Amino acid sequence: MRRRELFAVALEALRVNRMRSLLTMLGVVIGVWAVVVLVAIGGGARDMVEGEIEGLGSNIIFVVPGELGFGAAPTVSRMTRDDVARLTDLAGEGAVTAGITSGESVRNGHAEVFATLTGADENGRNVFDRPLAKGRYLSEIDVETRRRVAVLGSVAAERLFGEVDPLGRQVTIGGVRFRVIGVFAAVGQTFGQSRDGEVQVPLTTAHRLLGVTRVDFAAVRAPDAESIEDLQSRIVETLEDAHPGERFSAVTQTQLLGTIGTVLGALTAVLAAIAAISLLVGGVGVSNIMLVSVRERTREIGLRKALGARQRDVLGQFLVEAVLLTSAGGAAGIVLGVGTALTIAALSPVPASIAWWSPVLAFGVSAGVGVFFGVAPARRAGRLDPVVALRAD
Amino acid sequence: MSGPPAIEAVDLTRSYDLGGERVQALKGVSLTIGDGEYAAILGPSGSGKSTLMHVLGALDRPTTGTLRIAGRDVAGLDGDALAELRNAHIGFVFQSFHLLARTSAVDNVALPLAYRGVPKGERRLRAAAALERVGLGHRLGHRPNQLSGGEQQRVAIARALVGGPRLVLADEPTGNLDTRTGHEVMDLLERLNGDQGVAVVLVTHEPDVAERAPRRIHVRDGLIETDEREAGR
Repeated sequence: MRRRELFAVALEALRVNRMRSLLTMLGVVIGVWAVVVLVAIGGGARDMVEGEIEGLGSNIIFVVPGELGFGAAPTVSRMTRDDVARLTDLAGEGAVTAGITSGESVRNGHAEVFATLTGADENGRNVFDRPLAKGRYLSEIDVETRRRVAVLGSVAAERLFGEVDPLGRQVTIGGVRFRVIGVFAAVGQTFGQSRDGEVQVPLTTAHRLLGVTRVDFAAVRAPDAESIEDLQSRIVETLEDAHPGERFSAVTQTQLLGTIGTVLGALTAVLAAIAAISLLVGGVGVSNIMLVSVRERTREIGLRKALGARQRDVLGQFLVEAVLLTSAGGAAGIVLGVGTALTIAALSPVPASIAWWSPVLAFGVSAGVGVFFGVAPARRAGRLDPVVALRAD
Repeated sequence: MSGPPAIEAVDLTRSYDLGGERVQALKGVSLTIGDGEYAAILGPSGSGKSTLMHVLGALDRPTTGTLRIAGRDVAGLDGDALAELRNAHIGFVFQSFHLLARTSAVDNVALPLAYRGVPKGERRLRAAAALERVGLGHRLGHRPNQLSGGEQQRVAIARALVGGPRLVLADEPTGNLDTRTGHEVMDLLERLNGDQGVAVVLVTHEPDVAERAPRRIHVRDGLIETDEREAGR
């Protein structure tokens, strides 16, 4: 029998058992729907995180003590300002900044905020590319002479001073008074933490305030993308020479992106795999219903064989039926899945990213499920003995 | 008509395993059905006449013995080759009609041609012509449930004829019909046999149906008991 006719015969058979066909399809619809939605949400989450990391600046190499990686224990830093000088020798004047961070409460009279206090040097603003809303940034003199001056993030400034212009006014940090010299322009969040709540003071002043001399991190702005790799290895080499037995890491945001992308990719894969299980269950449902269908239509099969249907004619008829069921279910699942993902994206902060391959793959897989789960019943139909089949009740 | 006879069977046996017990349904049947012949196979139930019909119709293979359908030896043919052989040479008429329920008369009749790869348009034309021959030219688009029992059996006969077979095998064709309709169906089979020279083999246990056939083959206990021909018919 010709292929197009097989489709007509299969469609007719599905139409006759409309309710049963729809319910069987539902299993596949739900499976494909779940795959499409979860992959879209997983992809969206990754896009969101990557967008935030990109906000950190592109050619910046972060230098931190210890091995960087998920699950690595935090290391107490042994880096000092001497190391910053060593890095400056490598990367050039103005391209290196260092910092120390601590959680401190910052007060202005009765107004008090708990802020991330960052001890920074005069290059911090250039390296991280943070524009000011008003005033000025920390200067070399501020750092060298341990001035008690502070630059406020926009949220910190708003919470401490409200409508009042904070420039030239004083805030108290750890019992020490600081003069506000500048306010950062708002930059938004990174990993859910507002960088606008930050308060920056000279690194040396922070050292005295906290009673330490270490720096927690250094950041190096590479002159261009090509020099990054070379600079990274020289940074690590230099620091490990200066501190025998210590380990240091120099990573770029691209590498951070890679790590986080891998983690989120794995997460998405796990979600998709769980969803795929429901697709599998849908496939078992198809297999089951096809077996029922073959049994019900045993006499029809017997007749067709008596009239000259070959094994492959009968097999083809039932296989096409199974594939029609699953691919129609797959198409419906894709439409529903894309709709759901777009709705979630519109109504919640979770973005949905529908990769072009995910509906295509889902459709291919559902058609494949039809073949896989349809083959056994269809073969059974194809192999029926016509004498036995004709006698069936 | 010249050429080999429609069916040539030599010493056919057919045995089954029924729960570990060997049952011999045919114990050595030899029989030739010539082209255009009209014969009835008679016998009580359990005599092996159904098995004989299945074997003669290439629905089943003999355990031993030689069977030639239209000159072709069925030994060594696989299921698909047997299907093609049935499609080309044999038309079946069953007691319970065996029509596809939600399919029109014309498409039911056209079904054997579909498995021969005949294009749909031509198939319908030939099916309509076959329905015309059985007197159902006005019922082409009717579905089985819109037809009487006699009409359904005539559709089945049209389906048996549409492929131009050498032989029509009719298994109790009047078994599900009342006496009058049964006679009409028998008239039709006889007319087709006379007009078109198609060999007809009728399997029945009703003596008055068998009476009408010029050749009557009695089967009992898996063997041919008598094979009588009426002269001059």
